[in-house]
Amino acid sequence: MLEINGLTKQYGGLTAVDNVTTSFERGAINAIIGPNGAGKTTFFNLVAGAARPTAGEIRFEGNDIAGMAPDAIARAGIARTFQTTMLFEESSVLDNLIIGHRLRTGSRLWDVLLHTPRHRRAEAACRDKAAEVLDFVGLSAIGDRMIADTSQEERKRIAFALALATEPKIVLLDEPAGGVNPGETDGLVALIHKMVKHDITVCLIEHKMDMIMSIADRIVVLDHGAKIADGPPNEIRNDPAVIEAYLGAEHAEA
Amino acid sequence: MTRVLNAFNHPATLLVLLGLAIGFPFVAGNEYQVYVMALAFVWAIAVYGLNIITGYCGQLNLAHGGFFAIGAYAVAILTADHGWNFWAAFAMAGVFGALFGLIVGAVSLRLKEHYFAIFTLCVGFIIYMLLDKWEALTHGPLGIISIAPPDGFGVVDFTQTRPFYYLVLGCLCAAVFFTRRLSNSLLGRTFRAIRISDDLAQSLGINLMRNKILAFVISTVYAALAGGLYSGVVRFIGPDIGNFMHTFDMIAYLLVGGIGTLMGPVIGTLIITWLTQAVQSLEEYRMIVFGPLLVVLVIFFPKGIAGSFQAWRARRNATARVSNETGRTPPSQADTSETAQPSATTSASAPTGHGTRGHSNA
Amino acid sequence: MDALLQQLLNGLTLGSIYGLVALGLTLVYGILHVPNFAHGALYMIGAYVAYYVAGELGASYWLAMIAAAIIVAALAVACERLVFHPLRHAPPIHDKIAAIGLLLFFEAVVQMYWGADFRRLEAPSSSIFYFAGLTLPAQRVLIIVAAFALMGALHLYLKKTLAGSTIIAMAQNREGAFLVGINANRVAMMTFAISGALAAVASTLFAPINLVYPAMGHLVLLKAFVIIILGGMGSIPGAIVGGLIIGFAEALGGFYISGDYKDIIAFALLVAILSIKPTGLFSQGVR
Repeated sequence: MLEINGLTKQYGGLTAVDNVTTSFERGAINAIIGPNGAGKTTFFNLVAGAARPTAGEIRFEGNDIAGMAPDAIARAGIARTFQTTMLFEESSVLDNLIIGHRLRTGSRLWDVLLHTPRHRRAEAACRDKAAEVLDFVGLSAIGDRMIADTSQEERKRIAFALALATEPKIVLLDEPAGGVNPGETDGLVALIHKMVKHDITVCLIEHKMDMIMSIADRIVVLDHGAKIADGPPNEIRNDPAVIEAYLGAEHAEA
Repeated sequence: MTRVLNAFNHPATLLVLLGLAIGFPFVAGNEYQVYVMALAFVWAIAVYGLNIITGYCGQLNLAHGGFFAIGAYAVAILTADHGWNFWAAFAMAGVFGALFGLIVGAVSLRLKEHYFAIFTLCVGFIIYMLLDKWEALTHGPLGIISIAPPDGFGVVDFTQTRPFYYLVLGCLCAAVFFTRRLSNSLLGRTFRAIRISDDLAQSLGINLMRNKILAFVISTVYAALAGGLYSGVVRFIGPDIGNFMHTFDMIAYLLVGGIGTLMGPVIGTLIITWLTQAVQSLEEYRMIVFGPLLVVLVIFFPKGIAGSFQAWRARRNATARVSNETGRTPPSQADTSETAQPSATTSASAPTGHGTRGHSNA
Repeated sequence: MDALLQQLLNGLTLGSIYGLVALGLTLVYGILHVPNFAHGALYMIGAYVAYYVAGELGASYWLAMIAAAIIVAALAVACERLVFHPLRHAPPIHDKIAAIGLLLFFEAVVQMYWGADFRRLEAPSSSIFYFAGLTLPAQRVLIIVAAFALMGALHLYLKKTLAGSTIIAMAQNREGAFLVGINANRVAMMTFAISGALAAVASTLFAPINLVYPAMGHLVLLKAFVIIILGGMGSIPGAIVGGLIIGFAEALGGFYISGDYKDIIAFALLVAILSIKPTGLFSQGVR
């Protein structure tokens, strides 16, 4: 459903993403891994429209979305989470999610000022959606809680919920289990499986190898911006180029 | 629960405040105090505008005083030089505010943070320079006298202080009312999402430029209409009205009252206006107090009065809630689904809690 | 032709002053990412200190300049410690508002003490050179020579000394600078001290031509901002080149277009440039 062709991003003389070609299947869990600085987040930024590709195309359900504005890409059905999601610390969890569905509603300034039925319908739709996604990520019980009082793992779930509120066909998760302890990671893995079951394609960046190897259907390995391997976990595990890249990176850091 | 922590925005509180404002001329010692109050209301309306672009949307607009001046000069020039009726000129002030806001916003809002602040500072200065130098239009440093007052209706004569006071109060109420609608709405949430993070907002499908420009134009219309009223009450203006000191005054009002809150603008404006009045000698050197006050506020009390109050209530409620939750473990499913689906009765007050925080430290 | 040369010379004078002020602003921006709105007030205070030392205490112009540099540098460091340091993690509009608060405070204090009157700082030499049909007042020559000497000295300091190179290192890469053990507090204080001293010297140089009054920093500050946006925020060569561009544009524009509106030229240029390229002329897409 997402086909990427010769995707390249250069900053000045630096090539952050180098001629990457790959594709993500509908209903699969796709992972992108690679040593630090391999260009994973840049790759996400390109797909989500936060950065404009230097070259290449990104086909989403057949249409080239490369270079489109991030908000247009979100409306097309690609949602993303960030490594750290900024939220309104002092308002409730549920309140934070209401904005997530706005893109699927239409109400203008006059509707807001005059409180027209159209705006009321839009509000109601957003609230219903917020409650629905909160339930989906298993946080209905803390809908009233202030964001400031939530745990790291709960924040991750809230970030998922916010992305889901946009009714995406595919979600890009940037380190969904970053900063979360192993026990909680299992819960997040279950949640990711649940998304796939609900016909949402998942694409994620993660450093936790055990987690990746257990949940990903397919793994793309980037190193210095270029794709060095692409395949199911058991293939990737034994790929000499991948081992080389990771060992090389460790040697370099040591 | 949200109802409690929104004491400042609750309709009952607002009605009490309105009652106090209506009664003020009857308890005021003299006409001068009523006049001062009316002027404070005029500034408060402009501060509501600043609150929308800076408080809700997070863009520090340093040309706000310039848009106030554009409104003031629109009324002054149209009534004094072209013989327009005040109300027609007042409406045109709003149109000019929107028009210039659209033009300036379309260029400046493509710039991020510092660039935007510096750019708008320069825009404010250009407006001031034009008012001062473009003598054919603005009469230059001489300023404009004989500005027409608002035309009265029947026995109501707006050249007198009290009727004008009520006129301004009515406008202020309208400003608060529209701000409240906006703040509670999806549009208000959109603005606040932009304040938190451009990237987050865009990832949620929010068109940054369109929404930022909308917030900016709403704010400049507020400023220009307030400027128009100012001309109507003071009836003499000079280029000094475009001096950026006025922008800084408004920032001080907003910070003291509580940036990003519903009642902050009026609270801050009234408090500082009356403090300044109380120490007459302060007028000229008020910045000796305001300057350090701004610094101390942003370091120690960035939420201002209304914001700190709400944060305190929110925290108290949250603690109460947590102890409730631990009291009955586990939380029943029925209970949560009830809170998740807001009924029609709570929807009026529920979202305000979200909208009226000061800047969080996120 | 002579008129053109004369205006170019005036532009060079203006550009030198603007360059010095913009340098301090851009250094501080490079280190802290704060647009220091109080910088204009530091410039103004520098002139008043010089005026006080030379005009009221009767000391020499040069002593006054040194005193101004030292006092304003100390004041700038105090601002960094008391205001900008506590706000380093605050949301982005807070430090700007605090800087504005400082600006207003300094101006009000100066105005309370000296009033709003215009004052004159005597130039160290009132002689005028004539050269190839050009009129060269000594003070203008001094401004140009001193400004470029100072820029050269700053360049050497930043490139050749260890202390200077820590400033460059931190401006280029904050995290990296912390990793190699650079004391961020010391660098920040040093940067503010340099920026304050540059502002004070600039205003002491310019004051004999341009008078001393509380609002004298406004326009200079705004133009310095225009310059560093032109030259790329944080860029040192950008500040110098930008300063000269604005200086020349103003001198020529004021002469050939309109003297009344010469102060608008810089802003019109800014509006034009940012409308086309929202990140400034020489920015490289980083940050």
